[in-house]
Amino acid sequence: MPLTPLRLGYVPLIDAAPLIVARELGFAAEEGLEFRLLRLGAWAQARDMLGAGLIEAAHMLVPMPVAQALGLGPALPDLDLVMFLSQGGQAVAVSAALAARMREQGHDFDFRDARKAALALHCAAPGRLRVGVPFHFSTQLELIRHWLGACGFSPALEVVTVPPPLMAESMAAGEVDAFCVGEPWASSAVDRGLAALLLPGTAIWAAPPEKGLVLRRDFTEAEPQVTGALMRAIWRAGRWLDEPENRDTAAEILSRREYLDLPAELAERGLTGRLQVTPSGEIRHVPGFVAFHAGAANFPWKSLAAFFAQRIAQRHGLEPGPAMEKAMAHFRTDLYRRHLRAAGAALPGASARLEGALAQDREVAAEKGQMILRADAFFNGTIFEPPFAG
Amino acid sequence: MDKRLSIVVIEPDPERAAPIVDGLREIGDHDIRIISEETGLARHIAECRPDIVLIDLANPSRDVLEELALASGPTERPVAMFVDRSDEHLTRAAVEAGISAYVVDGLRPDRIKPVLDAAIARFHMFQRMRAELAATRAALEERKVIDRAKAVLMKARGIDEEAAYALLRKTAMDQGKRVAEIAQQLVLAAGLLSCR
Repeated sequence: MPLTPLRLGYVPLIDAAPLIVARELGFAAEEGLEFRLLRLGAWAQARDMLGAGLIEAAHMLVPMPVAQALGLGPALPDLDLVMFLSQGGQAVAVSAALAARMREQGHDFDFRDARKAALALHCAAPGRLRVGVPFHFSTQLELIRHWLGACGFSPALEVVTVPPPLMAESMAAGEVDAFCVGEPWASSAVDRGLAALLLPGTAIWAAPPEKGLVLRRDFTEAEPQVTGALMRAIWRAGRWLDEPENRDTAAEILSRREYLDLPAELAERGLTGRLQVTPSGEIRHVPGFVAFHAGAANFPWKSLAAFFAQRIAQRHGLEPGPAMEKAMAHFRTDLYRRHLRAAGAALPGASARLEGALAQDREVAAEKGQMILRADAFFNGTIFEPPFAG
Repeated sequence: MDKRLSIVVIEPDPERAAPIVDGLREIGDHDIRIISEETGLARHIAECRPDIVLIDLANPSRDVLEELALASGPTERPVAMFVDRSDEHLTRAAVEAGISAYVVDGLRPDRIKPVLDAAIARFHMFQRMRAELAATRAALEERKVIDRAKAVLMKARGIDEEAAYALLRKTAMDQGKRVAEIAQQLVLAAGLLSCR
């Protein structure tokens, strides 16, 4: 039987791995799909091409479909997030100059303690701190604001958008003092001697949802079979990726010229959680730096839609209540249950929960039997309660 | 009469920027500027205060413009507004051509359309040129492979070039494949066999 072609857009980052692996290892073909992967240059491009029907699905920053739901983007057909692709994978980096000052003042770059890192940054930062993030609606931006906000960071904070490939350049040009970006861009800046890594995203929030698989709602309705096949292929690729022994192979595949086009060694750092934090070669090991499957990482909790919606609404002068409700309708736990149940995905009883409540991995009741939820605590103990749990 | 429009084209490659600017000049006397630097984009845009910004759909700097479009508050002059709120059809045509436009809030659609139409025409030209270049390269590559395959046959079977090509063509027809494919397979197999 001929394979059904499907166009998928991705931005070259290590967390595009589920799409690339699904194609390269045949998970897509097993579901009768032929993935045509399009490497994109901008997040806005992913959104616009999806809206115009030039791609059927996109690897997208989790807060982007939330912002679309709140009317903060161009007028496009409804976009829905059907599953998360990854958690974590981000790193906070500071400029070489700032790193040197922090070092002089005794900071040890342990790459773990968020409160200590904020304090060191506070003491070393000039009157203001300019931080680059990849997009205005991104997990990176929320991590930075949450972290420095919770630490009572007092220098004036400016968060600006910088395209990931230009992060290192704009640091070198003195336009930002720090940045938070997905791998391999943080490691790439360290390699060029321009930055030192201060924290992984997971030190601020243990399981920060980073990328999602986003489709047009009308496509999920017109093509339920293809939607299900796509979700299963990606889900199985994530399961393969979360077998630790597969991460080196994944780095090899991702680094090929047609995908990320960089040395495999660079992609490997984020994928294996062994990161070089300073140009002089100090290595830090971060278990669970990026997750693609384990601990129900793919389940698109409606409470996370509400979490991002509340924060975005507050910054854009929108009513948080209605904003949270609107956003929750775009995280399709119903499609996740319908299409992944038969594949064997563990399904939680509820579709929303308290966010940040798990200090450790915890076994909970699933639709069938038990399942393990990954620890998701914020470093400062923040707990977010969605408007209604259902 | 309408005032001149201030149009900014963000394009790092001068060879691509020039034809876009030419195309825009043809439609009227507008103030057109090119920004080619990648860093400091927000500052450059703020200085130019453009009515329309044109940029490649895939340019990473688009994500910086997105922020500018959102940041413009009610008191300041909005830097940019998404064009598709005025004309859905036009936006789709632009996305398909690989172009993205940001337009100042309140600019009349009849002033936007000619600018976008001109830009779309130029971007289609780029796409065609890119496709032609790729096709030329592929054809050259195929010819090289066919030449190598002919050489392999001539040596192995002691035939002349014409006979070698005829043999390739006949095999291709029998197999329902292209000559270049058969030639590729032959060259690959010959390479394997000659390895010690």
